[in-house]
Amino acid sequence: MTRPIGYGADPRIRVTEWLPWLAGIAVFFLLPEYLSLGARILTYILFALSLDLILGYAGIITLGHSAFFGLGAYVAGILAAKLGVTDPMLLLAAAACAAGVLGIATGAVILRTRGLTQLMLTLAIAAVCLEIANKATPVTGGADGLSGITIAPIFGALKFDMFGKTAYLWCLTLLFASWWLTRKIIYSPFGATLSGIRENIVRMRAIGVPVYRRLLTVYAISATMAGVAGALLAQTNQFVGLNVLGFEPSGELMVMLILGGVGRLYGAFVGPLVYLIAQDVLAKQFPQYWYFGIGLMLVLVVLFARGGILGMADALVARLRKHT
Amino acid sequence: MNAVLETRDLCKSFGALTVAENISFRLQAGAHHALIGPNGAGKTTFVNMLTGLLAPSSGELLLGGEDISHLTPAARVKRGLGRTFQINALFRDMSVLDNVALGVAERHGVAARLWRSANSHREVREESFGLLEALGLSQDAGKRIVDLPYGKQRLVEIAIALGLKPRVLLLDEPAAGVPSLESGMILQVLDRLPGEIAVLIIEHDMDVVFRFAQCITVLVEGKVLCEGTPAEIAGDERVQRVYLGERHE
Repeated sequence: MTRPIGYGADPRIRVTEWLPWLAGIAVFFLLPEYLSLGARILTYILFALSLDLILGYAGIITLGHSAFFGLGAYVAGILAAKLGVTDPMLLLAAAACAAGVLGIATGAVILRTRGLTQLMLTLAIAAVCLEIANKATPVTGGADGLSGITIAPIFGALKFDMFGKTAYLWCLTLLFASWWLTRKIIYSPFGATLSGIRENIVRMRAIGVPVYRRLLTVYAISATMAGVAGALLAQTNQFVGLNVLGFEPSGELMVMLILGGVGRLYGAFVGPLVYLIAQDVLAKQFPQYWYFGIGLMLVLVVLFARGGILGMADALVARLRKHT
Repeated sequence: MNAVLETRDLCKSFGALTVAENISFRLQAGAHHALIGPNGAGKTTFVNMLTGLLAPSSGELLLGGEDISHLTPAARVKRGLGRTFQINALFRDMSVLDNVALGVAERHGVAARLWRSANSHREVREESFGLLEALGLSQDAGKRIVDLPYGKQRLVEIAIALGLKPRVLLLDEPAAGVPSLESGMILQVLDRLPGEIAVLIIEHDMDVVFRFAQCITVLVEGKVLCEGTPAEIAGDERVQRVYLGERHE
């Protein structure tokens, strides 16, 4: 499921790349009782896609990506619950703008650093956002969360229903648009430049690339996408809690991406899918110990499949081809 | 002749340790100039100051008469200063073509484009491929760097720098670590470098230096010891003492 990108790569969409979308549509018709879980998975795939863009392609290490996700969720939630703005498109746009602006403001600082310093700064930014949401109780609902979110029908016609049908299709549509955009970016000259920065930042400077500016651009794009994912969560759950901010959701997202495979585009699809289904199944079977299963899965992937599940699949395919 | 690159009293200190002291140097337009000196003489420090990876403690640095000492490495490249690295600094998991194309695209001003695919920029691909062809690497265009022999990797270093169409090319030990069987192809490439590019080569291999350079500067302990033609340098007793040591009767 991976192939080289850059000036020699064919950017056309392959047949296999349509499979996730066919599967997504099939779920809608075949598994109607799982559409709420499906919408949650699709939202996290979008969130993971935004992280993959900066971590997998540009090499920006972050444990604070939830700052943008949480801000998107709170902006959409506050506008809907407190100010009566209920149009889903308008809420998405507001969340995207807010997250994008935060991305530029924080990226301007953290992208001047590398490695552990960068990691600590992203963590600090996420912690600050969490604490602001926690203390601003009149606006955010604090520890009780933000409820009373009402969302108007999409385009005035598609009403959010209790079975999650509209929510699922809405998430699927937005994920498709984001996937198309992300794919466009990684196959563009800009995407090739990002890969170059990830591989050898010194050389990129030596060939005249304004590294900082390029990183800031992709960071802002990624933050915007994460903000949209957050707004989607607020719209489909009609509730925003503090659990969308801080270290935990950022770390969880990183785990999902590592499980799927970092820098592979579709790793962001596989990781959240496996993680959230495992979480759902394990939480039902072993309510107290479900994290053990997740931990075990991660240990196995890190020990035996360094490229994640997709990396393991690639290795298997390569081995099979060698033998045939 | 006009100097395309000039330094005036360039100094670099790390605390009490001075690694470059009042280096005044002129590289003439289109010249093949070599910078030699024993290990620790400050050659790579000097190159890093020229390219902007290290900020000089004092002194001036002029490219085509313009003071570039305050510019970022990227801005210096845009003004025509290209370099190769002593230790390969390639994009190891990328194809040979992409290694060159990244720099070519940046020079063409298309590297920040988001909407068209990289593959559709034919002008970038063709120019990059042309460079690889000129360096005898066209057969390897699709290979990843990690799959290339070391000698060819050194050639890719040169191809990347040439893709920037530099006025001044700094070659930091282009033949370093290359097995003797493969060093011939490096020398052939150096011989065929476009005449309009001023080349400063930093090299330990004296065969390469004396075959390539029209002018040699000898750097010792961060200071310029002497400068002259290859014949003058070969006959200079101070240079012989530096390389061979003092004779004790």
